[in-house]
Amino acid sequence: MNVTACAGRRLRVVVSGLSSDAHLWNLVHLQLFLEDLGHEVANLGNTTPDATIVEACRTGRPDLLVLSTVNGHGRTDGLRLIRALRAVPSLAALPVVIGGKLGIDGRDHAGTRLTAAGYDAVFDDAAEGGPESGLARFESFLGALAAGHSRGGPAAGAGAA
Amino acid sequence: MTPTDRFTGFVDRARAAGRLVVQPRMGFGELHRMRAGLRAVREADATTVGTVTLDSYTRCHDDGTARRALRDDPAGLNGFPLLAHGVPAVRSLLQDCSSAGFPVQVRHGTPLPLRLFRAMAEAGADATEGGPVSYCLPYGRVPLARAVAEWSAGCALLAAQPVPPHIETFGGCMLGQLCPPSLLVALSVLEAMFFQEHGLRGISLSYAQQIHQGQDLEALAALRRLAGERLSTPHHLVLYTFMGVFPRTEAGSRRLLADSARLAVRGGAERLVVKTPAEAHRIPTVEENVASLEYAASVAAATAADRERSPRATESGLYEEARTLVDATLETGRTVGDCLAAAFARGVLDVPYCLHPDNANRARATIDDRSMLGWSRAGAMPVTATATAPVTARRLTELLTFNRRRFDRDAVPHPLRSAS
Repeated sequence: MNVTACAGRRLRVVVSGLSSDAHLWNLVHLQLFLEDLGHEVANLGNTTPDATIVEACRTGRPDLLVLSTVNGHGRTDGLRLIRALRAVPSLAALPVVIGGKLGIDGRDHAGTRLTAAGYDAVFDDAAEGGPESGLARFESFLGALAAGHSRGGPAAGAGAA
Repeated sequence: MTPTDRFTGFVDRARAAGRLVVQPRMGFGELHRMRAGLRAVREADATTVGTVTLDSYTRCHDDGTARRALRDDPAGLNGFPLLAHGVPAVRSLLQDCSSAGFPVQVRHGTPLPLRLFRAMAEAGADATEGGPVSYCLPYGRVPLARAVAEWSAGCALLAAQPVPPHIETFGGCMLGQLCPPSLLVALSVLEAMFFQEHGLRGISLSYAQQIHQGQDLEALAALRRLAGERLSTPHHLVLYTFMGVFPRTEAGSRRLLADSARLAVRGGAERLVVKTPAEAHRIPTVEENVASLEYAASVAAATAADRERSPRATESGLYEEARTLVDATLETGRTVGDCLAAAFARGVLDVPYCLHPDNANRARATIDDRSMLGWSRAGAMPVTATATAPVTARRLTELLTFNRRRFDRDAVPHPLRSAS
């Protein structure tokens, strides 16, 4: 395995917003953030229907799905999406993470419910006091996933946990 | 002759009286909260118009989810679910709250507005906003040609009302930040021409405050001049307080808001859509909105009384670049709508960083050493670019947080400055 200094293997990552969220800069930034770390990104953009995300993961077989949302509907839309994703047998172990502003009031911390529903990690701005610490934790998550990852192997999900 | 709508009439009277109209962004799930919000804005100590901002399920035509949310968790909605409430309830709300002295604009953010426009017309909304480009490209994946077709039908529907509502372009606000002003001005003018082409007569043109007061003054002057040359109907300009990454400090947020109020007065905008300091973190409360409106109005009044200290507009050729973009677009087809679709297909119009499949996304914007927005890559647009290194995530963050850092830094009390 060709391990580079910081990132391990080059991950194939799908980045997407959620169905009701029109915010864009978070997705542009995440794409650059991942590419700067050497990963390969397919950016599905904003207001992406659940079915489009599920289909992109089924056909593209990425190493990781990264969902970013800031319009306050993340706790609702995120729960619905992860159930749809986990219902597809081939996506049951796909590492999936979600982050951003997940509720509208800046207080309702949705992380536990989202993790229980099947997310491998939740980066909640409200719980972490802003996006910076979440982004740092996301980078550590990526490092662990890239280091532990072997394409097609059974360890992909475990590496994320 | 078509009667003038109440929104246009109100702004005209405020202009004649020398008062800046201020407007919040505001949308709540529950009727009683929406009603209380509109009344509080109406009673604010400022010349106000009201806002009903729709929730994002309604914007995305996800009616089922909007209805469920209204039933199960209305306080969790990020705006007003107009269709879920139904036209009779909304008509009653607007009859209670709006008047010739307090017209209300419905803000929706959808690329496919036809059924919302129908409901707004039936409910008696005074005004709405958006545009076939500005509510399509940044908001997802609906093909631009389809958005143009539906906006054409929607505008025709509005124009056929006994009193057609006022409509405002959102083209001057593309992506909220980091779009060079010449393109914002061009898109705002093109969307206004599109509205006029479909028979609407109460029109305003938007522009969002960016990062440099002189450049923003030049942009507002260019917008007024180009709109005057290309529109045959009376119109007004609406400025948006900076829509990008907001300062974290209360003092920094207030300074940015104050700057936008001064910019509106000095740049000759008739209306200002404000932000609240809370928006960096969450959806603001009614009280926070009212506080922002009253503060912006007080700064505007003080600025109007003190015009001499106005900073100068830059002279960077912004008008000429915007005019070139408009002309290059209008060469591509017969109607304004066709031209917009064709111009984006050819990259003659190209919004930097916009991920929509119909946007070329080859152009790039940057902040130059004079702290002005400019082009670092022109793509296929007839604009002048100065090449810079490719943007990394860190650089993008620097560009996006330019105003946050500037206003938060300046907001910190400086011991030497206060001592001198």
